[in-house]
Amino acid sequence: MFLTPKRIVRSVLISIWFMILVFPIMGIKIVRRVPEYYLDKVLAVGIAIFFLSLLWAWYFEVYKEQGANKGFFSKIGEKFSSITNKIAEEEGTQKKISFAILLFFLALPLFSSMYQTTIFSLAFLYVMLALGLNIVVGIAGQLVLGYAAFYAIGAYSYALINQYFGFGFWICLPIAGFLTVIAGLLLAFPILRLRGDYLAIVTLGFGEIVRLLLINWSSLTRGSQGISNIPRPSFFGIDLTPVQTTMYIYYLCLLAAMITIIIVARLKNSRVGLALQALREDEIASEAMGIDLRKTKLAAFALGSCWAGVAGVLFAARNSYINPTSFTFMDSAMILSMVVLGGMGSIVGVTLAALVLSIMPEYLRAFSEYRMLIFGLLMVAMMIFRPQGIIPPAKRKYHPTALENADKK
Amino acid sequence: MDWQYFLEILFSGFTRGSIYALIALGYTMVYGIIELINFAHGEIYMIGAFTAFIVAGILGTMGFPASAILIIAALVAILWCVAYGYTLEKVAYKPLRGQSRLAPLISAIGMSIFLQNYVQLAQTAEFLRFPIRMPRLEFLDVFGGILRSTDFVILVTSAVIMTALSLFIRYTKLGKAMRATAQNRKMAMLLGIDADKIISLTFIVGSGLAALGGTLIATHTMQVGFGIGFMAGMKAFTAAVLGGIGSIPGAMLGGLVLGIAESLTTGYFSGDYEDVLAFALLALILIFRPSGLLGKAKVQKV
Amino acid sequence: MSKLFFKGIVATFVGALISLSAHTVFANDTIKIGVPGAHSGELASYGLPTLNAVNLVVDDINAKGGIDGKQVEIIAFDEGCKAEIATNAATKLISDGVVAIIGHTCSNAGKAVISLYNDANIIVMSPTITAPDMTLSGKNPVFFRTIANDLATSIAGAEFVVNKLNAKKVAVLHDNSEYGKGYAEKAIEYIKENGKDVEVVLYEAVTPGAADYSSVIRKVLRAKADVLMWGGYYPEASKILSNMYSLDLAIPFVGPDGLKDKGFIELAGADAEGVYASGPTDTSANPISKEYAEKHLKKYGTTPGAFFDTAVSATIALLNAIDKADSTEAKKIMDALRNNDVETAVGTIRFDDKGDAIGVGMSIYQITNGEYVEIK
Repeated sequence: MFLTPKRIVRSVLISIWFMILVFPIMGIKIVRRVPEYYLDKVLAVGIAIFFLSLLWAWYFEVYKEQGANKGFFSKIGEKFSSITNKIAEEEGTQKKISFAILLFFLALPLFSSMYQTTIFSLAFLYVMLALGLNIVVGIAGQLVLGYAAFYAIGAYSYALINQYFGFGFWICLPIAGFLTVIAGLLLAFPILRLRGDYLAIVTLGFGEIVRLLLINWSSLTRGSQGISNIPRPSFFGIDLTPVQTTMYIYYLCLLAAMITIIIVARLKNSRVGLALQALREDEIASEAMGIDLRKTKLAAFALGSCWAGVAGVLFAARNSYINPTSFTFMDSAMILSMVVLGGMGSIVGVTLAALVLSIMPEYLRAFSEYRMLIFGLLMVAMMIFRPQGIIPPAKRKYHPTALENADKK
Repeated sequence: MDWQYFLEILFSGFTRGSIYALIALGYTMVYGIIELINFAHGEIYMIGAFTAFIVAGILGTMGFPASAILIIAALVAILWCVAYGYTLEKVAYKPLRGQSRLAPLISAIGMSIFLQNYVQLAQTAEFLRFPIRMPRLEFLDVFGGILRSTDFVILVTSAVIMTALSLFIRYTKLGKAMRATAQNRKMAMLLGIDADKIISLTFIVGSGLAALGGTLIATHTMQVGFGIGFMAGMKAFTAAVLGGIGSIPGAMLGGLVLGIAESLTTGYFSGDYEDVLAFALLALILIFRPSGLLGKAKVQKV
Repeated sequence: MSKLFFKGIVATFVGALISLSAHTVFANDTIKIGVPGAHSGELASYGLPTLNAVNLVVDDINAKGGIDGKQVEIIAFDEGCKAEIATNAATKLISDGVVAIIGHTCSNAGKAVISLYNDANIIVMSPTITAPDMTLSGKNPVFFRTIANDLATSIAGAEFVVNKLNAKKVAVLHDNSEYGKGYAEKAIEYIKENGKDVEVVLYEAVTPGAADYSSVIRKVLRAKADVLMWGGYYPEASKILSNMYSLDLAIPFVGPDGLKDKGFIELAGADAEGVYASGPTDTSANPISKEYAEKHLKKYGTTPGAFFDTAVSATIALLNAIDKADSTEAKKIMDALRNNDVETAVGTIRFDDKGDAIGVGMSIYQITNGEYVEIK
């Protein structure tokens, strides 16, 4: 019996508490110095909170206590995790699904409007960014809060090199990637000995400094005016119509995102990747095992910043206009939440989260007012109810028998 | 050297710095106890300013004297923000205890977004005028314009509150329990301290201070808006780190140093680089002295 | 499996083609006008009045039977003044087959997307974008506007400071935004060229969102400036004025047309008294402006907000040109815009080769007893 009088009374008390809490902000509006009261709104909040608190109590006191194998909801949950586990573990299923998804994305611009195509090309950039940050945060465990700075450096490198030296997209792409790596290393060197939150704070400061320099160093960057008329990538010297350009950029972004996925996936199980994961689990233990902490951390930053740089170049080329407002702390936070919501270290999860989170706001436009409100709540709820992310990374497993067989060979 | 001007700039910095310090205390106390960067703290400050605005708006129509309205508004704002802070911890952070360090951080960012939009939707997207101005204190005229009444009130209030807080932490039983929990939560719990209560208390005190800061600044800038929490939060957070996050005197010192440094930059150099300076200072301190001005370097235990 | 998948893809593709062709057939029945802008968020107070204005004018036209028998359809898009979302907005509107655009609230968004409209040959008529180079660069043939560009506002303000206020020492502050900095730079340029014995004693940016501006105001005090010019939006202006009040700095405050807003007077309250703002000549006595202000009150229950008149005029001018051109072809409409005088809420206007409206006058206003009063 779940609905005991005690629980109901408690929920009523909680709902009264919340009604008092929201009363000044939601219940009163001062319009031209005259207070207006909206008690109906407060009451609505109270009713909603009553049911939510019952749900909350049910989750923490019944569902979690019973364990994950009783009741209707737990079955659904089980089903879901078994599917996700299957995806994460079975290579065959993984291949089939990724092939199907790839086909879908290849065909997408053919049957969707230009609008959808541009949204998706931006989403692919976010996939690149999230996976790049995933190397640093998810795989190597170094909390970076200023990732948008690298993105900005990439975008501005292309824009500025193009404006001052006239080089095109294809020349600037590697240069900008290289410059971003340099920036990543420059940031990484002095903070090698920092860890955890201090690292997070310095990177946050770094992100803000880069943005402020972009605004204030206006003789070079044109400040908040931004740089316009950045050329779109050339296609073997052929002039393209707007529709064709959109499609071309879409395919470029798709290609770049796929390359990112493949390389990050390979990286994860490579020597460097394993060293990064060891770093995440325990720095001291991994140092004791003979991993060079300095080199490994530098590698993490170099690899992570490189993707942001490349994504930045594509972003500048896609938009043909950049200004510092695209690279704020909120953008860094957004990329970080893609990594965390997707499941830190999980490539499938992070990719999925990046796609969903970058596309969702576009389609939630219908109730655009509540979009960010829901988004914020969703982030909190995810952390409470599924902190390991949508699809947590599969741990590499070593079967003892397989290892023995390998030894014998 | 123009001493009059120097003092003016210095006091501007003090004023600004004490507000930073008031908010920074919330960051640093929470960090000291549960090692969480509470990103939603800036929004509590904003809600404080808004609540004070609403209370002042209602009382303003009833014909109370300005100083009485300001005091009541500040008290109500503190009361409500304390409730917000308490609830915030219970809803968004407590269920996450024992998980990885990132989970509460993300939850905090989510809460920050949520609270901003909640106020925007419930109230308005536009800036609103705070109805009551700080009354002019005639006796300050002897200082020849170095100190204005808002400066004076902000400085005195923050000084009193921060002294009271220091005494509270130093000498009361609860304060001792807080320090013990900050040093070693497990050990404190073994000694019979209710860690949950102490954590709630931290949020309560921090939110109250933020609300006070919000009200003071609203009477000074004469405006409130749903977006004011973000920048103030960032600056206060910088101040907390500057002083050594986790250290209460550090947050006060960090706030003042940051405020004065910003003010001197604007006064003698250029306002363009105020923020660059703030964050560069932060980066430099962290690189060369990661524990901040007054923080204790943590020894990594193997 | 892959065969099935292939069939699925083909089916979707064919389906999409069919719906697409059906779409174009229906598209001919209405004239679609895209209205992208900031309809929510911090800058909504600049963008929403445009949407309301377009709605009101189009309702009237449609009630009269539309243009050449076709109804006008509005497609609104909220881009919140963010450049990357504006790009999405532009591509969506282009692929929706709009004939023309009324909007993009902010200059940064406009700059981000103008090349898309140039390529797609779709007319952009903005009631709010004041960035000078949008027209003056000559690179954007499809761009028109019914608002005077910043250059004009800024020059009018600087001229007033030099000639009417007889300033000797001018302090110029800005908020480092494109709008504010552009205003400040142009004003300084004008003062240096035309004010023989006028000195710019201070030129710097404040940090938007900072809690306190007293240090910068003390700097203005020390520089002994006799006029303060402000380039930026009104929330910051109000904070600066509040700081000026508490520091007893009582010098004339001159700002751009962003300050010419009811919101500013409400926000800055008593501090706003005496503030000067340069902007397009007041058109509230204009019969068309009056008519639509009344309609706004009737439909939305409030008095119209910022840039409402320019938005009404943009809509009238654009729809008039489509009517005159008897076509939805961009080139013909553009010719009609340039060659026909049209009665609008900002007066009788036509457009020059670069896209700026001819016939929009500039005036200086001062806040007196909580109202803007034109200074003649």
